[in-house]
Amino acid sequence: MRLVVENLAGDRGGEPVFDRVSFALSDGECLVVTGENGSGKSTLLRIVAGLLPASGGSVRLDGGGEEWPDVMSACHYLGDRNAMKPALTVAENLSFRQEFLGRPFLSAEEALEEVALPSVASLPFGYLSTGQRRRVAIAGLLVSFRPVWLLDEPTAGLDLGSERRFSALMRAHLEEGGIIVAATHVPLGIEGAKELVMGGDGRE
Amino acid sequence: MLRMVPLPRFAGEDLQRMLALYIRDLRLGVRAGGGALVGVLFFLVVITVAPFAIGPDMNLLSRIGPAMLWIGALLASLLGLDRLFQADREDGSLDLLIIGSSRHMMALVVFVKCLAHWTTSVLPLVVAAPLLALFMNMTFDSALGTALTLLAGTPAITFIGAAGAAVAVSLPRGGLLVTVLVLPLVIPVLIFGVSAAYAVTAEPDPFLPPFLMLCALTLFFAVIGPFAAGYALKHATD
Repeated sequence: MRLVVENLAGDRGGEPVFDRVSFALSDGECLVVTGENGSGKSTLLRIVAGLLPASGGSVRLDGGGEEWPDVMSACHYLGDRNAMKPALTVAENLSFRQEFLGRPFLSAEEALEEVALPSVASLPFGYLSTGQRRRVAIAGLLVSFRPVWLLDEPTAGLDLGSERRFSALMRAHLEEGGIIVAATHVPLGIEGAKELVMGGDGRE
Repeated sequence: MLRMVPLPRFAGEDLQRMLALYIRDLRLGVRAGGGALVGVLFFLVVITVAPFAIGPDMNLLSRIGPAMLWIGALLASLLGLDRLFQADREDGSLDLLIIGSSRHMMALVVFVKCLAHWTTSVLPLVVAAPLLALFMNMTFDSALGTALTLLAGTPAITFIGAAGAAVAVSLPRGGLLVTVLVLPLVIPVLIFGVSAAYAVTAEPDPFLPPFLMLCALTLFFAVIGPFAAGYALKHATD
């Protein structure tokens, strides 16, 4: 499977934020997108996910076959908001995510074990701290399988131990042949990751 | 190990996903902050206040009863509609719904959300209508007839409202705007609903033609509304 982005241009409210961004990622490859605030990292991720229209260029997923025809169908998108319902319990949130997205991978309990939060399953999501919420959102990446992970500031609010655990999860995903695009300011601890600096001329 | 066999694609899987969404929205609707009871309370307020304003003319009350119930139910069901997608947008769940819907139509997701909203917020209005009919001095037949027309007609209001809510999803105070946007479209529902409700007791008037028109409106908007809302939602993301 190959995620190919060619000459991508994006805008925000009519103002161009970046153009001529190209990269290609094969199975097991990770791209770290860096750049100062407002350089269009989040916009890039949303365009790659298909949540925003591109103002130019193309995004495609080669070799996904019938099961993963495009990036949107093949991706987990972890945005700045956690996509969890504060009024529902953590377990309800995770099992909804699993049932709605299909392709179950880990159960809700196992996924919470992976982020070292086994005790919060029956708590409403709204009761958790910022870091715990982020960890539950990360557990949401594990409840159903998607080959492409699009992560927007994934480690925001995480403590050091959680960051390490998350790096291990990302490495495991890459070893299984997954693809990761992560926008971040902090090193993710992944060796051999490609880097894309936004705000320059969009070179790889 | 992850990439074992491609999952078989069959309709049952989609049904399961939609059921999960329906149950999630049902839970959200009845839990604290869901606002399911707000509509019923509003309905209660409108109908209990009406006899005080109109005065103790029993015949007048029973004559305008079905229309009052319909107006009350209409306004009450429009009340929580603006939150239909806004709540999902604020916590990021809308992205999840759109990404998850890449395998089926966004319209289907909207349709299921409408059904859940109707069940938690509008169905209680239909159930409360025969009780509130007592305040309007309505006969048993008239009360049941009005509840029946509400049962058939209120889904149309929800489906139309979904399209309005989707258009106004990114506006912070879109509540009134949604009401104004959808009001012209719900007027036909109100007209046929009230005329069917009147026909139950007013003998020479036929019941079936306006009632079937009402059912047709509901079926029509059950298709048009979710498609329009789905289209608007996909293009309203930022």
